[in-house]
Amino acid sequence: MLVKIKRTLLDPVFNNNPITFQVLGICSALAVTSKLETAIVMSIAVIFVVSFSNLSVSLIRDYIPTSIRIIVEMTIIASFVIIADQLIKAFFFEISKQLSVYVGLIITNCIILGRAEAFALKNPPLQSFIDGIGNGIGYTLILIVLAFFRELFGAGKLLGYTILPLNTEGGWFIPNGLLLLPASAFFLIGFIIWIIRTFKKEQVEED
Amino acid sequence: MEINSTKNVIKVAIGVCIVCAVLVSTAAVALKPLQKKNKKLEKLKNILYVADLLEKGKNIEEIFKEKIQPAIIELETGKKLSKENYTKILNPDNFNIKKLPHNPNLSIKIPKGMDIAGIKRKSRYMIVYFVKQEGKIKKIILPVYGLGLWSTMYGLLALDDDLKTVSAFTFYEHGETPGLGGEVDNPRWKNLWKGKIVFDKNWKLKIEIIKGKVNATKKDSKYKIDGLSGATITTRGVNNLVRFWLGESGYGTFLKKLREDGVAG
Repeated sequence: MLVKIKRTLLDPVFNNNPITFQVLGICSALAVTSKLETAIVMSIAVIFVVSFSNLSVSLIRDYIPTSIRIIVEMTIIASFVIIADQLIKAFFFEISKQLSVYVGLIITNCIILGRAEAFALKNPPLQSFIDGIGNGIGYTLILIVLAFFRELFGAGKLLGYTILPLNTEGGWFIPNGLLLLPASAFFLIGFIIWIIRTFKKEQVEED
Repeated sequence: MEINSTKNVIKVAIGVCIVCAVLVSTAAVALKPLQKKNKKLEKLKNILYVADLLEKGKNIEEIFKEKIQPAIIELETGKKLSKENYTKILNPDNFNIKKLPHNPNLSIKIPKGMDIAGIKRKSRYMIVYFVKQEGKIKKIILPVYGLGLWSTMYGLLALDDDLKTVSAFTFYEHGETPGLGGEVDNPRWKNLWKGKIVFDKNWKLKIEIIKGKVNATKKDSKYKIDGLSGATITTRGVNNLVRFWLGESGYGTFLKKLREDGVAG
């Protein structure tokens, strides 16, 4: 049992990562990773939503009619997203302004509906909850790596503290402005997938 | 019972809706006071920041009450709205700079040639803040806004009591590109505004953001501010919105009246 739980939790982090292997949730990975702080808050919100929506869907999985299952899943997901959004607005006001619409857009993040469909509908509540946390952490890991590189080399800062003093402020570091634009996250995700698949050959898709 | 029967479909649908509705509305209602307080504090904080009155550890609301005196003015006449004429919308606590331009009774369309800030409509009334020190008015804070590259930028411009020297300038809301147009938040750039002169001797509007760096040895450098490199459109937007709000269609009449009547009046 314990081994199974551990696998459910860690598998989506490394082997079956939602972003690099399933290639889901790219949209928000581009939008919120220009700063580490926003990426962390966004990740917490996603972990919260995906784990609790998985748990709720799993709890009522035996009663959901197949004809309306996607609508039911979406309703549950949307509710948790609104709750997460309200919590962030109440307790992390500064960050909520930067995240703007992207917390609301977690609803359309394919990872969450994907996990509800593929896992929570077929598995018991506890495992579904853990699968949600695992996938949330997998998403978090990539987001934080992206945000780390983008904030450090794009703005010379980490979590708002200056690490590399910029040339415009009397330092020596010439920042790469491209890294602050959304397109750069595409390149970085591409590199990450490339690196992972170089070492994990089994992830390479066949032609 | 058959899971896919019509009866079950309706039952599950209604059940899920009710549970979710209760959860969502509970969260929304319970957290509303906190969110409202956040928004209000944020607004006061921005005003105190531009007035250079923010002190760590001190209560923001208290400093505001003690040192800032808000007033609502009519842009066309430059007159202050007296306290008896405050309405539910037109009072310093509820004044909403974003909603008023959409209120058909309280706003007007800006003629096309005049609309350099790109805001289409403007409120007939605006809120301004006087900064008092030992009973005297030291600064006046004017809210300004206009279109940048991606977004409408909302800022606060503080003038000294001579009504032409910039004391501070800041944007409290914008959606410009981080690192490029977003550099309007850069403290170094904001500091460039300090001490610049917006009107010349004859009270002609002179302030201007130029491309590149200002040559400090030239005589008119006190009217000019460095542009932001890599952010031409944002810079132009800032230039236009400052000139719009300080000009005739903005606070021009109010500032003129204030000069004639004396700042204290």
